[in-house]
Amino acid sequence: MHGRPRKASKPEEEAASAAKAVKLRSLQSQFMTNHHDKIYTNEAIELSTKLLEINPEAYTAWNYRKLAVEDCLSRIESDPNLVNSILDEELRVVESALRQNFKSYGAWHHRKWVLSKGHSSIGDELKLLDKFQRLDSRNFHAWNYRRFVVELTNRSEQDELHYTDDMINNNFSNYSAWHNRSVLLSSLLAQNADGFMPNERIPDEYDLVHSAIFTDPDDQSGWFYHLWLLDQTLNVETPLLTSSWPSHGSTVSLSGAGCLNGSSSKFTTFCSESGSFPLILYFDQAVGGVSSSTVTTDSELKGNGDLVWEPISYKNSQVSCVWVTHLKYVSSDPCEYKVKIRVGNSPGIVSSRGHNFSAPYEFVFTAHVHDTVKDSQEGIVSWTDGFDIWDAKSKDLNSLITLDQLEAEIDFKWRQEAIDSEVECFGILSDSKIGKLTLARLLMAREAMVSDDAVKGVRYEEILQLYNDLMALDSSHYQYYKDEHSVAFLHKVTSSSESLSRHLFRYRGMNNLVCLRLNNLSLSRIASVEKLLFVQMLDLSHNELHSTEGLEAMQLLSCLNLSHNRIRSFSALDSLRHVKQLKVLDVSHNHIGKHSVDTTRYLCSSPLSNSEWSPDDVGRQNPGLVTKYWDAYFVLRDLNLKQLDIAGNEISGNEFSSFVLQIVPKLVWLDGQKLGN
Amino acid sequence: MIDLPPYPPLDPSNYDLIIVGTGVSESVLAAAASSSGSSVLHLDPNPFYGSHFASLSLPDLTSFLHSNSVSPPPLPPSNNHDFISVDLVNRSLYSSVEISSFESEILEEHSRRFNVDLCGPRVVFCADESINLMLKSGANNYVEFKSIDASFVGDSSGELRNVPDSRAAIFKDKSLTLLEKNQLMKFFKLVQSHLASSTENDDTTTVKISEEDMESPFVDFLTKMRLPPKIKSIILYAIAMLDYDQDNMETCRHILKTKEGIDRMALYIISMGRFSNALGALIYPIYGQGELPQAFCRRAAVKGCIYVLRMPITALLLDKETGGYKGVRLASGQEIFSQKLILDPCVTVGLESLSSLTDQQNETLSVLVPKALINKEKVARGICVIRGSVKADVSNALIVYPPKSLFPEQLTAIRVMQLGSGLAVCPADMHVLYLSTLCDNDDQGIKSLLSAMSNLIRLPDPENHQSDSVVENDTCEAKPILLWRALYVQEPVKGEYGGTISSMPSPDGNLNYNEIVESALKLYEQLMGSEELFKEETSVENTTEENDGGVDIED
Repeated sequence: MHGRPRKASKPEEEAASAAKAVKLRSLQSQFMTNHHDKIYTNEAIELSTKLLEINPEAYTAWNYRKLAVEDCLSRIESDPNLVNSILDEELRVVESALRQNFKSYGAWHHRKWVLSKGHSSIGDELKLLDKFQRLDSRNFHAWNYRRFVVELTNRSEQDELHYTDDMINNNFSNYSAWHNRSVLLSSLLAQNADGFMPNERIPDEYDLVHSAIFTDPDDQSGWFYHLWLLDQTLNVETPLLTSSWPSHGSTVSLSGAGCLNGSSSKFTTFCSESGSFPLILYFDQAVGGVSSSTVTTDSELKGNGDLVWEPISYKNSQVSCVWVTHLKYVSSDPCEYKVKIRVGNSPGIVSSRGHNFSAPYEFVFTAHVHDTVKDSQEGIVSWTDGFDIWDAKSKDLNSLITLDQLEAEIDFKWRQEAIDSEVECFGILSDSKIGKLTLARLLMAREAMVSDDAVKGVRYEEILQLYNDLMALDSSHYQYYKDEHSVAFLHKVTSSSESLSRHLFRYRGMNNLVCLRLNNLSLSRIASVEKLLFVQMLDLSHNELHSTEGLEAMQLLSCLNLSHNRIRSFSALDSLRHVKQLKVLDVSHNHIGKHSVDTTRYLCSSPLSNSEWSPDDVGRQNPGLVTKYWDAYFVLRDLNLKQLDIAGNEISGNEFSSFVLQIVPKLVWLDGQKLGN
Repeated sequence: MIDLPPYPPLDPSNYDLIIVGTGVSESVLAAAASSSGSSVLHLDPNPFYGSHFASLSLPDLTSFLHSNSVSPPPLPPSNNHDFISVDLVNRSLYSSVEISSFESEILEEHSRRFNVDLCGPRVVFCADESINLMLKSGANNYVEFKSIDASFVGDSSGELRNVPDSRAAIFKDKSLTLLEKNQLMKFFKLVQSHLASSTENDDTTTVKISEEDMESPFVDFLTKMRLPPKIKSIILYAIAMLDYDQDNMETCRHILKTKEGIDRMALYIISMGRFSNALGALIYPIYGQGELPQAFCRRAAVKGCIYVLRMPITALLLDKETGGYKGVRLASGQEIFSQKLILDPCVTVGLESLSSLTDQQNETLSVLVPKALINKEKVARGICVIRGSVKADVSNALIVYPPKSLFPEQLTAIRVMQLGSGLAVCPADMHVLYLSTLCDNDDQGIKSLLSAMSNLIRLPDPENHQSDSVVENDTCEAKPILLWRALYVQEPVKGEYGGTISSMPSPDGNLNYNEIVESALKLYEQLMGSEELFKEETSVENTTEENDGGVDIED
């Protein structure tokens, strides 16, 4: 069935198959006539039997037989013997068709149909399956049908699990058997059946799959199962709050538009024209149901009675990892205000997999409202100077490396132990590509679980080296390894306040903004955003980024440098539409406009063809330009940019510049030139 | 031999070939020669087929071992015809024969239900040359095989560990570490890839073992492949089935080259997958090894070979003038003539009769002159009838004790095979255990066998016979109890081609028939020229019987 080379057919075989085709064609046309005329006589049914015995793939014939059976059954009323004999004949036809080709969808389906009539005995079905599964132990039709029969017969899941034991022992290169095992175990684990507690059972399963993987690392079936096990180990079902901004115990300086009175040493200063600041909740998985009733706010700030929480999501979905609301403050009323947030006070926050947020969490922060003295300035933001080195001893940062609710998980220990033993185990198999990749994944999982500062972050170098090796070894998956390398690197940077502070600066030009500089690191993907929610200025220049996905959570971000990256279109910047504070954007020296077809959205060449879009002024005035620059149009019109750099892209030029001015009328600086009003 | 019933004289009295003895090689030759059209007379002094390869009841086995250890008194030479007649002597192949029975009553009750091999332990590999020969000759129609269920490696602790000889077995093995599983399977894959590259000439994708490695000792190659000692030992002694300690250059008679090692592994690996209904690499004929020579004899009989059992030959007839071979005199007194003669390894000429012969006559008889043994190597064999099994839930199993695994001075591997009533070799609830090892002298060999026996089974204590179920401690409770035992040392005799008169080999110390069959094929070529052996026979009955656990060895 598998791994057998196909032989070229001999001339006499070809002649035989041609003769068969002629015979089949005449049978087929007779059959179609019968079917068309709804003839269900014994002779006509016999004809379809003949047809199916030669060609079990003729699904029209299976459907015809269903009609014929229904017809017979309706005529004989309810003589149980007759009913049985009709259905038994159907089972016989299916069986002989399966002998001809036991991968025939139609035949298996017909058998299910007959059995679901409920008249036939299902006792022999497993025996028949054993016969087929001996011939081809991986055939997924047979495994599918097996699950169907098992359900009908109420055979216990434990018995079926033993059956997969046997099949795997016989030959462990059996995806179907491993798959069925994962299906059965998922169900048994979910029921907490006797002997199926995850902390006991999953380690046993690791032992089993190790034997397969170590015996033959070139066989993929075991690796697939291992991946599933790893998911079972890491996947904590109940959603948890990963971080928030402002974080617990922190103080936020707030003011109106413009500059603060005097230089503040407070960690985060936030100026807003609208008189509100964002409150961000970051969950470890996408959740829904965040609202003023599930998250209660006890605030001394006035006017925040009924807060509206919004999910920050791509596709207008009502689930997201990131939820935001805006708290109002009055800048003319300088004072310190305490704000207390309670997440999960009442049930309602539910993960996309249907699990409830069940560990209520409370945090308190102080909002320090200042009055504004100077007018807001409209100077150009430079990425080259004006930066002060971060004071590494500053304690401010500690309040920002935020809560890790993971530790609250009750059966955390066995997961940690399981990953520890996996790390140890795969250390010796790291001479293969998949071995290296698995080890890297395990080490990443391990790092995510470590809470002890002494050992936290010590294995990132190893992870980065593994991905470097993989990039060199396996060029066809280069980009994947590159992305994973970036993720690991960013995890490393954010793993401690010490390592993070090496990348932190203060920008003198704008109220000592907190600036994170991650330039020139050949990053291809953004990660660890949950630990960077406080960042207001981000330098990602000279990297290999293709998209800004992930940055949408950084609701405080006002300046972003993406110059010298690999952004190919404005739609790759789509996530920035959610970053309402963004004023300064540098996307110069990218590949925007180089590729006419946006590969990230190839299913829909232009959202203009979508009914969602209703033309505004610009759209009405310049339909041609909007059609041409639709991707820029959709992103830029939602941003409140004051400064934009797009030079060094294919797209840039006079025509595009003038188009930008139309859609971003408040723009002050374009490509370093101050725009005259 | 003493009270021969009167035989009617044989007709015709002239043949192309007379073969004496019905061992495996003699029977293969008889079948091959008769199917190529030669007229063949096949004689055996014994009342059964198989000679030294026979399977016998316990009393028959006992008397065969004893009778063969004593040479019959030579008869006076007679000279009454146109021929010189040279009297033949039966040479002894067995020494140190010791047979003990511990439960005579029970054994006597069942005595005819035993089919015990003289040449055990012995099995057939599915990809073995003997199987090919059976298929080619059609002899497979007369034998049925069953699989050996399991294969173990033992040591002095008494624990039997599975031999991880396949992907599934490595996967299931509980005693190997993950790294060992990885290393072992990697090595199997290397061997398979090497084999594939040598058959398909596809140099691009497959890995081949270098020429230099192929000439180096196999044990060094295994070390080079970074296999740990435990795995090396499994490969050398339980898969490649070597006898001598490959790590000890002083005592090792034969350091195996990688090339040969790979060939032996190839036989094992190909055997694993040859027949779909065989459980592993090894199969065993139902009713005992004696079935194999018999099957070839039947094939020969179908092709016209004439069989006479219980018919020793007493003398050779040589031409008076040329000294060349003419024929034989049977114990019945009849003289039969042939072009060529093939003799059982026991048959020799007495030294005293040689002295009176001419040089030419001596030349004719050269292969029958007992030679001083260059190689002192002997095979020590043991047979035990036991109640119970050496391993729970396993009936037919092979157990190998690698050199030094039982005691430090153990120079050679000891092979043990347990067979059960499923193979129709003994009554239900009993098993027959065969043991063998190579040795330089009888004492050394017997010592090794006894050591392996005491590791596996429990000797009945004659004094506390009644209470043995009460005083058991836990360790020996599980061990099966010994009912009957035979120990003997067999001298291996190599076959020899001598023009008109040739002699055949005795059973060797190997687990399979490969070398025996090879030497028979070589002799056939010498006898008949390059004529093809068994021109493809078309099997008359090709129907497979219902699956009863037997192995169908059909291509």
